[in-house]
Amino acid sequence: MADLGRGLTFLAFAVALYGIGAALYGAIAGRREWVTSARRAVYTLAALTTGAFLVLELAFLRNDFSLAVVQSHSSITTPTFYKAAAAWSSQEGSLLLWLWLLSVWSSLVIFLTRHRMRDVQPYAIAVLLGFAAFFGGLLVFAVSPFDTLPIAPQDGTGLNPLLRHPSMMIHPPMLYSGYTLWAVPFAFAVGALIVRRVDAEWIAATRRFSLGAWIFLGVGILLGARWSYAELGWGGYWAWDPVENASLLPWLTGTAFLHSIMVQEKRGMLKTWNASLILATGTLAILGTFLVRSGILDSIHAFGASTLGIPFVILIGVMIAGSVALVVSRRDVLRTEHKLDSLLSREAMFLANNLVLVGMAFVVFWGTFFPLISEALTGNKQSLGPPWYDKYVVPLALALILLSGIGPVIAWRRATPKNARRNFLWPITAGVATTIVLIPFGVAGRPLALAMFAFAAFAVGTIVQEFVRGVRARKAMTGERAPLAFLTLIRRNRRRYGGYTVHFGMAVLFVGVAASSAFQHVHTVQLKKGQSTEIGRGYTARYDGPTSRIDVTSDGVERLVFGAKLTVSKDDKKVAVLRPERGYYPIEGAPFAGAVGRYFDGESTSEIAMKAGLGLDIWSAVTPDLDPTLAIVKKGDTVFKQASGKLSAQDYSTALGTTIRSLTDNYAKSAPPATFRLIVSPMVAWIWLGALLVFLGGLICIWPTADLAHRRATAGYAARVARELGRARPERA
Amino acid sequence: MDPARKRRVRLVVALSAAVVLAAALVYTSFSASSEARSPSQLLASADPGRTYQLTGKVVNGSIEKHGTTYEFRVRDRDGTASVPIRYTGSVADTFRAGREVIVTVKRQGTTFVGEKDSLVTKCPSKFQEQSKTQKT
Repeated sequence: MADLGRGLTFLAFAVALYGIGAALYGAIAGRREWVTSARRAVYTLAALTTGAFLVLELAFLRNDFSLAVVQSHSSITTPTFYKAAAAWSSQEGSLLLWLWLLSVWSSLVIFLTRHRMRDVQPYAIAVLLGFAAFFGGLLVFAVSPFDTLPIAPQDGTGLNPLLRHPSMMIHPPMLYSGYTLWAVPFAFAVGALIVRRVDAEWIAATRRFSLGAWIFLGVGILLGARWSYAELGWGGYWAWDPVENASLLPWLTGTAFLHSIMVQEKRGMLKTWNASLILATGTLAILGTFLVRSGILDSIHAFGASTLGIPFVILIGVMIAGSVALVVSRRDVLRTEHKLDSLLSREAMFLANNLVLVGMAFVVFWGTFFPLISEALTGNKQSLGPPWYDKYVVPLALALILLSGIGPVIAWRRATPKNARRNFLWPITAGVATTIVLIPFGVAGRPLALAMFAFAAFAVGTIVQEFVRGVRARKAMTGERAPLAFLTLIRRNRRRYGGYTVHFGMAVLFVGVAASSAFQHVHTVQLKKGQSTEIGRGYTARYDGPTSRIDVTSDGVERLVFGAKLTVSKDDKKVAVLRPERGYYPIEGAPFAGAVGRYFDGESTSEIAMKAGLGLDIWSAVTPDLDPTLAIVKKGDTVFKQASGKLSAQDYSTALGTTIRSLTDNYAKSAPPATFRLIVSPMVAWIWLGALLVFLGGLICIWPTADLAHRRATAGYAARVARELGRARPERA
Repeated sequence: MDPARKRRVRLVVALSAAVVLAAALVYTSFSASSEARSPSQLLASADPGRTYQLTGKVVNGSIEKHGTTYEFRVRDRDGTASVPIRYTGSVADTFRAGREVIVTVKRQGTTFVGEKDSLVTKCPSKFQEQSKTQKT
């Protein structure tokens, strides 16, 4: 099996190299058959990497511990779903996933554009296969997922319990889909620049892939945030950690790109900017992949230094140098077709939106790489914390929300006072009204949060106004009822109304972030049974007592769980009963661990308990005081060590089971104090709700429109008529 | 005003604003940053009252818990030099002896006091250095 995987990976690498040569030779020599062969190489690559990935998946599902990667990331007791997903929890597996996704997306785009942009396509193929050859080369020469151990062990060390969360399992494929999809517009931009064909066709040809990249990367970031909030036991969803920032960077520049290409499509402007943005986004996607593997920055994720750093640095260097050289050498054809007529125009607002997004990306980039920058400049490695990021990102986010309200409705070229009055009177009223309504509730003490609420109300106001006007117009034209008119409106103008939905979702999301950050109450406290504590906003939590249980699977004890029962009340009325827990997993692959102690020496994870609502989340995590229990555990280890060999295997196992059971029961009976982290956080649900709306809007945008199909059919018909007319003319002559 | 001149003025104003903002960003990043140090570097020199970002591994058997306060020692990643830490606040699930941690500290006498809720334990989950297990 390992040989098959290795063989498929090597063939994939060889096919990628062949494809690059064929595509470039075909383009330079004008031999179409070589380009066709290169295209087939892309399809073959997809088939080979699919095969290699399936081999790795099978190895995980069949517990093939002869493979080092399976031994170190799975075990017999790992549930099947997590076994399947464990493939990409390793360095090697994740690189194979990267290559597989890249080859699948490349095949799709090459197939869909096979009759378009024939001059650009060979170079785009060469770039896409260049990425494939790079990752294939890493898998063949540096970190193969098919390396085997000299002696296959009976069991593996298991998947880290922290990763046993559905969102954490889906998070990497989402992120990698985003990263690899950005390679598509990057490759076509390079091709378009090489052949000096910088009209909007390469943008149109890859627009859905750009949107797909943006959606996947966004979903990946959101799942990471959700996992952090629900699984990590600290109650936060964003920490400005380098690894989080690495995924945010291409998302920010990609968002800017998706806006600015509209200006190029509509008015032939910002060509240099768009080319630079997508080249930067593609490079940042590779930088993100590199950052989590290099170990060059201190991150909460202990990504160890590996041998992959230098190849990645070379690739990123080539991408930057090549991008700069291409843009500079093509500046004559990248010249804008129109000038900016007025600062009060849609194109000016889009440009401002781009500057804000790129400004945000610069802040995040600077903060992320500041340890390296400061070390290079001063000799001392220094790092920046969340307050520094907030100082810059919050005002920029305010500007972004404001622009998201102005941009979609202001007129192209030049807005007149009449246009401004017509479009902004009601939204401004909504923003001002929101401010006035919120001031009595004490929001004025947090001016940035208040500004965010007002700007979000303004942005939502413009969007609602656009929907209302559109529905009214359809009703007047067709006589449809309002719900049908609403749906038809979206269906017939997916790009426009999908965009509005995205903006609506962003406003909701930012309101959630502002409210949960500015008005959060965090309380860390140790409580004895029966004790109560104020946790903020008038809520009280009472520790009713400890809980304990043993989770077992068909293969034995999965984990010991120690928890607490908390009653939350407000104004003497019970609001919720929370049962936060902490699970202790047995240590795997540690033959010298004590018989009892091994059940406490493995990983432990919080199972938070939360009462979540649209208005407020009451979040709790517990750290049980196991010191008295661990003292007994030590004695138990000594007893079982002495009993080893004197008892039959069955008696030993029964005695051990009884001991574990009595330990967990005693914990619940003895009621030791426990430490709680209690958070009252308003409107966190708005973040998840807003994000869902954003991605719903993205899906609406990406869905093919009836108009597009109609245009294609019409264009096909027109071409046929033209051909027939062309044939008819000589006869007439 | 001549449209070309107007555009030039706009460009100069925009570029000037960008330069001012970039300068502010650079300036504040140096003044707001904490110096990253290893335990041996802190032992060599640490000014009282100054904030440092300490990175290292929790020494085996050193963790003591008093209510919500933790006392433990952090050692160099690849060495034995260690410093005592007193920390109050939340700890991640992954916090335990032998784990790599990052904590913002200030020197108080011979002890380093951690800033509340600043302790992060590195996630041991992914892409760690290749294991020493022999592979074929």
